Amino acid sequence: MIPRPRPERFRLRRTMMFMNAQKPGLIKDAYIYGCDSIMLDLEDAVAENQKDAARFSLYHALKTIDYGDTEVIVRINGLDTPHWQEDIRVCVAGGADGIRIAKCESAQDVLTVEQAVETAEEEFAVEKGRTLLMAALESPKGILNAYEICSASERMFGVAISGGDFRKCMQTTPQRGGVDMLAARGQMLLAARAAGIQCFDTVFTDLDDEEGFQAEVLQNKAMGFDGKSLINPRQIRFVHQVFAPTEKEIIQAEKILLAYREQSAAGVGVFTVDGKMIDIAFIPGAKRTIQLAKACGMYEEGAL
Amino acid sequence: MEILKPAVAGTLESSDAQVTVEPGSQGIELALTSSVMNQYGRQIKATVLETLKRLDVSNAKVTVIDKGALDCTLKARVECAVFRSCGASGGNIPWGGAVR
Repeated sequence: MIPRPRPERFRLRRTMMFMNAQKPGLIKDAYIYGCDSIMLDLEDAVAENQKDAARFSLYHALKTIDYGDTEVIVRINGLDTPHWQEDIRVCVAGGADGIRIAKCESAQDVLTVEQAVETAEEEFAVEKGRTLLMAALESPKGILNAYEICSASERMFGVAISGGDFRKCMQTTPQRGGVDMLAARGQMLLAARAAGIQCFDTVFTDLDDEEGFQAEVLQNKAMGFDGKSLINPRQIRFVHQVFAPTEKEIIQAEKILLAYREQSAAGVGVFTVDGKMIDIAFIPGAKRTIQLAKACGMYEEGAL
Repeated sequence: MEILKPAVAGTLESSDAQVTVEPGSQGIELALTSSVMNQYGRQIKATVLETLKRLDVSNAKVTVIDKGALDCTLKARVECAVFRSCGASGGNIPWGGAVR
């Protein structure tokens, strides 16, 4: 068994790559691609008559393969299927870092999963509270209930929109410029920020449309998303580039944090950096920039 | 566990293995073919037999067509086939117990 560190509720999650848990060829070396998180899928990628096989495959992958720093999340089947309870048992027994609740529509859905996770943690002697949760919103109802979902549990680290199902409900298709999901993305972001958790955009499925993919990633970043779900490793690099901070941002963040350290030691709460007023409200953003810069390998010998 | 009916798990894709179990009465009768037979044949056989032993299967005909599966995949496929043969693969699996 490979010991994994305790999952962190807040960590860098620019890219989450989906993989079919039933396909050994895919999951055996998923960590080599360098995405921040991998999403082993028990849901849509797995045929109905292979759900059982996928769980055995998942269990041994979790127990045997060293995914290193890559976070390992499992997408479980919806609460309207006969599979989700066993899915949760195997996730917890195998030591997955987190569980993605598919088709989440209410705080109650989160609580239902949380209860089952807690029972499984007890059954398999896993530290209580270790297994994190995130929710996928795939319907108008899920979007409208986004805030109660985001704030339903201490285990919740993030929320994601799932474009495929959502667009079907809304009777639309992917549009250039994203007008099809503009309201939903906006509402989900508001809810996630209000609840203090992370927010992830849906997959871009047309692998031949590189331009469309890049435009969507740039829009994601501009809207304030933390990251994006991906279906192909070749999408990782561009997302990491876009979500990496600029040199100017890093220098500014470093100055702010150094000045804050100095000033707060002297009891000063408001001060200026390069002529701009800085107070405590700037600190989390600056810290996030440095954390991102470190993760992107852009800040190795810095002062922080 | 007792093998009650024939069952299959796994595919013939690269890095996978297809495992078939059938009822038997003369211990474990294992038929193995592998794309890496010369290099790993003995280890594959040992893994399959160990897994069957852990599941307390003592009589079965077992056919393994290996396409370069890792040990963890082999175990998963053998276990799934055995649980399927008993109609017990859908829930309450002893994760960390007989399955480990």
